Amino acid sequence: MDSLITVWNALPFIVGGSLVTIATVCIALGMGLVFGVPLAVGQVYGSPVVQRLVGLYVWFFRGVPILVLLFLFFGLFVGLGLPVEPFLVSCVVLGLTSTAYQSQIFRGAIQSLPQGQLKAARALGMSDGAAIRSIILPQALRLSIPGWANEFSILLKDSAICYVLGTQEIMARTNFVAARTHEHLALFAAAGLLYCLITMVGLYLLRRLENKTHIPGYSTGMN
Amino acid sequence: MIDTAFYMQEVLPALNKGLLISLALIVPAGIIGFVCGVALGVIRVFGGALPRKLGDWYTSLIRGVPLAVQLMMVYYALPHCGIYFDPYGAALLSFILCSAAYHSEYIRGALLSISQGQVRAAQALGMTMAQTVLWIIVPQAARRALPGCGNEIIYLIKYSSLAYLVTCMELMGEGKVLASDTFRYMEVFLAVGAYYLAMVTVATWILRWLEQHYAIPGFGSR
Amino acid sequence: MMQNTENVLRIHEISKNLGGKAILKSCSLDVARGELKVLIGPSGAGKSTLLQCINCLIQPDSGEIWLNGQQLRRHDKKELCAFRTQVGMIFQDFNLFDHLTAEANVAVALRKVKGMNRHDALQRAREELGRVGLARRAALYPAQLSGGQKQRVAIARALAMDPTVILLDEPTSALDPELVGEVLAVIRDLARGGMTMVMATHQMDFARALATEILFMEQGVIIERGTPDALLAAGAGTRTQAFFTRLQDMGDESAS
Repeated sequence: MDSLITVWNALPFIVGGSLVTIATVCIALGMGLVFGVPLAVGQVYGSPVVQRLVGLYVWFFRGVPILVLLFLFFGLFVGLGLPVEPFLVSCVVLGLTSTAYQSQIFRGAIQSLPQGQLKAARALGMSDGAAIRSIILPQALRLSIPGWANEFSILLKDSAICYVLGTQEIMARTNFVAARTHEHLALFAAAGLLYCLITMVGLYLLRRLENKTHIPGYSTGMN
Repeated sequence: MIDTAFYMQEVLPALNKGLLISLALIVPAGIIGFVCGVALGVIRVFGGALPRKLGDWYTSLIRGVPLAVQLMMVYYALPHCGIYFDPYGAALLSFILCSAAYHSEYIRGALLSISQGQVRAAQALGMTMAQTVLWIIVPQAARRALPGCGNEIIYLIKYSSLAYLVTCMELMGEGKVLASDTFRYMEVFLAVGAYYLAMVTVATWILRWLEQHYAIPGFGSR
Repeated sequence: MMQNTENVLRIHEISKNLGGKAILKSCSLDVARGELKVLIGPSGAGKSTLLQCINCLIQPDSGEIWLNGQQLRRHDKKELCAFRTQVGMIFQDFNLFDHLTAEANVAVALRKVKGMNRHDALQRAREELGRVGLARRAALYPAQLSGGQKQRVAIARALAMDPTVILLDEPTSALDPELVGEVLAVIRDLARGGMTMVMATHQMDFARALATEILFMEQGVIIERGTPDALLAAGAGTRTQAFFTRLQDMGDESAS
């Protein structure tokens, strides 16, 4: 009973942290989209040097754990004399990592399109740039939505790690209360449920997006 | 430029010590997690209604909650129920519980992807159910599950760094202590990152080799 | 060049090697305005490669391509794009843009390549779709169309660019037999309307009826060329005629 009361009292504080969590995830997802698309295009259509560079970037950010990257960038920010704002560092780290993962989602989608699409665009006199912008990407992005949904739920879970820098998100606040009240079980269960809830809402929204952009003949396998 | 002495005398010895603990986490968690995942996956496909439902719930619960929260639960919350773990044990248990859920998802997908026609054809040839499973289902399902399960092992290598959150002194923990002591975060964590990169890269090579070695033309591509 | 017909497209000594194997060996071809040249020959003869070399979807290794008396500098990207707007292409497997409706498929190049505004491009697209009998299907996506309808959209897409020449790469061979007729009817109308075309096909009756010239290809070489009457005359003894007879026999067998 006591533990429930503790959770009840701490709930506004912890739920408030979900705003920080959601903001982090949204910024990181957006960053990944903005940088991931050009990286994917570069990796598929770019010169060998570009392909090599993108490959190197992806290899690094997919091979180093988030936790290590957080401290590495913390050190980098200190070294460069930038403001060591935990929220900022978290967003940058998650964003750069998500860029690597998203670029691979988009790359897979681009490569899954039939060769004929690019050929037909070229046959109409489109430059490669125009063909990629108006023929390849609109299709590839639609095919990427399920992968994107997956990336969202991974990012959400990864964002919990950012509490080590002191970002005031769900995990940090739960820890803070738990350390003072010693109600670890109930508090972390509540935090876990909160994450589940955010995941479900996010996936629901992405499914709506998918239905909205749905075109007959595409099956992306998300349901 | 690069402070060789710092690396040789402080960073490498500490990280090598941590690496051993990391491996002591990754290897058993990988193996036991995979075995449990296979069992869970089989239950979720062939089990009775109740075990199947329980398996599904367990899997979605684990997949919906961050590993960091699970670690906290095992290390800080279970003692309230009278179950105590040392940091290493807590990390190992969490990794196994988590890995099993993710593996089971790939195993389940692979098993479901095998068409009924394959089973019927095997039975039409006079195979027993055991023979069908052993000679027809497993070889196909294993190939389908390999990329996903392999990826899960790679994730495990990276997420083993979270053991540091429950004060288990593995690679990440050793790095953090050293970095805090010397306040040379960049240098230390570049080295820590290189250790993880090396582990992940080697694991990727092995997996790619396995995939290519067992590849069958026209089977399960994409 | 003594004829008073004007050579629109001139292909001179085009060769292409792939993986050390010669796919095309010095193929030449002159197309005058309003002509329909038909490429026939067994599969693997290089018909499709030749057509795709003409608009450099496959870059030829050597040879010259002339359009309206101007030689194409085929490594100049800008010039190549401009050239391709004047040379329409119809593919065997349609290659409609799967994310765009029929009318948007026709309009997209008008907007992105010719810089037309959205309204004019869509209006033009609907006109072209009307021309191929698909006015009422304009808002459907490729996945909602039959094979024959898809190919007609592809033809409308090519026509909307006001091409000087159209290349057709076996436009009916991916279609179910009952859908072949509607596509051939559209191509027939184009031929009668004076459109200049180069077409690879196995539809021998169509070729016989409408081709100005038949070119028979084998192993990357054009080995026979002539009017249908000359090549297909009874007892002409040409490879073309033998091929024609064999196709007909197979047709009879499958019919019986």
